[in-house]
Amino acid sequence: MTVLIPGIAGAIARQVARRLAESGHQVVGLDVRPWPDAPKGIEAHTVDLRKRAAEELFRRFRPEAVVHMATVSGLARAGEERYRINLGGTRAVFEHARRYGVKHVVFVGRHTYYGAGPDTPLYHTEDEPPQALASYPELGDLVAADLYAATALWRAPEMTTSILRLVYTLGPSGSGTLAGFLRGRAVPLVLGFDPLFHFVHEDDAAKAIVTTVEKRPRGVFNICGPQPVPLSLIARHAGRPVLPLPEALLGLLLGRAGLPRLSRGALAHVKYPIVVDGTAFRAATGFSHDFDEVATLRGFAEHFPRNAD
Amino acid sequence: MRLDRLVGNDVAGRVDRLELPFDALGVDRYGISKRYLADAMRLAWPFYKYYFRVSAHGLDHVPARGRGMLVGNHSGGVAIDAAMVLSAVFFEMDPPRLAQGMAEKFINRVPFMSTWASRLGQLTGLPETAEQLLKDERLLMVFPEGVRGTAKLYRERWSLVDFGTGFVRLALKTRTPIVPFGFIGGGDALPTIVNLYRVGQAFGAPYLPVTAYLVPWPRPVPLEVHFGAPLLFSGTGNEDDEVVQSYVDQVKAAIAGLVERGRAHRHESRKGLSR
Repeated sequence: MTVLIPGIAGAIARQVARRLAESGHQVVGLDVRPWPDAPKGIEAHTVDLRKRAAEELFRRFRPEAVVHMATVSGLARAGEERYRINLGGTRAVFEHARRYGVKHVVFVGRHTYYGAGPDTPLYHTEDEPPQALASYPELGDLVAADLYAATALWRAPEMTTSILRLVYTLGPSGSGTLAGFLRGRAVPLVLGFDPLFHFVHEDDAAKAIVTTVEKRPRGVFNICGPQPVPLSLIARHAGRPVLPLPEALLGLLLGRAGLPRLSRGALAHVKYPIVVDGTAFRAATGFSHDFDEVATLRGFAEHFPRNAD
Repeated sequence: MRLDRLVGNDVAGRVDRLELPFDALGVDRYGISKRYLADAMRLAWPFYKYYFRVSAHGLDHVPARGRGMLVGNHSGGVAIDAAMVLSAVFFEMDPPRLAQGMAEKFINRVPFMSTWASRLGQLTGLPETAEQLLKDERLLMVFPEGVRGTAKLYRERWSLVDFGTGFVRLALKTRTPIVPFGFIGGGDALPTIVNLYRVGQAFGAPYLPVTAYLVPWPRPVPLEVHFGAPLLFSGTGNEDDEVVQSYVDQVKAAIAGLVERGRAHRHESRKGLSR
């Protein structure tokens, strides 16, 4: 079948595209970022999802499935622009999908949807509402995009919609929120806090998305791999030095002195865990991960030795 | 390990024998850490054995494996009770078990306490978390009196304040046996005269206990914990309040009985000492 991937130039999206192409699907992608050396059999168009040229791709190729991976996190873009990308882009995907008879739309969202706070539970299930948004407003447009995408479950009953909430990814591409956080000069910790971080190997993330395309589960699903690990242990096994700083000081230093850039609100995500329950997805699709937490961290350490960055 | 020989207890061996699914990094899926556990229990052992000379009775009532809920009275203003119940099932059961308390919400906001509590499996007391732990066949430790229980003053030390009812609903829903226990002596170890609520809240805690000798440091008073026969109620957890309340009252009565038995036992052994 024909699969359209908005946001195809991202690290995980490229893997998804390769895997789908390898299993015989026609893959068409679009992204504002070019993918010049895209493998044969994958058509990557340098197009903005919110422009007419994107709709043209829907019309021309009439994809059966769409995997929407063109959202950006609070760290990559600021304010209004991020809002337009995440909300405007998601709206465009669903409108075009309905207009051009797409059978299955996969929205790839993030587990940070649930928010982190001192009294949020571990192992969030899909029916929980987002929390602690007030302390991290930069997350608002991703949460809104997730919830908006989920309205397709009742607004567009003729179509199958899968909403995925993916934990942090870690792998050879070195991209993603957690990887960026680990790749600074030192991994900053809020002194006295060491939350569990939930992550999955990039390959497993791509595998889960491909599994979603193949099995077409309808509904909202958390995607995770192995059990979560405390941040300090992640840093240690990824071969990274940690720098525990009092919260007030850390807030001032973020983005300076070789420390990763992070908004003030994101500090809650360095103090408190966001851990999800992935049972529903495994039950619906039979998915299982190939890389455990040790292998994932070891692989990351080998790809990004401390002195190389 | 040399440290364990110094402490006089094979703490590392006990941590190894805990039947918890630790991964290759030595943490379980809730973030409980073997390293933190060993450190904490090495610290707890001298207090358990020599400082408070804790005597634990009825440990055979605590399930050797599988889900269970230890439910007891609060005694002593700074969680000595929780630490010593945790120590009792860790040091005196074989294989040892880890009692996982449902921590007060403020603990997770306080630096270091947050990390230590989570690495030791003392997670914030949320119904969702408690249910997860029981479904994972863990041993929960519940003090249904809550903060009002630890805030008991010296003259109130033998009383029980109102019990919450959530724990019984959870036990019904998850078919978990409730093992009642009575904790004796915490009120003598930490004779609270007054609780300073404003001062405590300035530090992020619900209150700061003030003792007859001012500092909230417990005296070396012998402590006792008496476990009673498990209570297993049948139901779904969706019963009317009156039904649940009647079960709560049964648990409360069992705990009151164990506290009475403990007081009598303490009285007897003290008479024995003075002869």
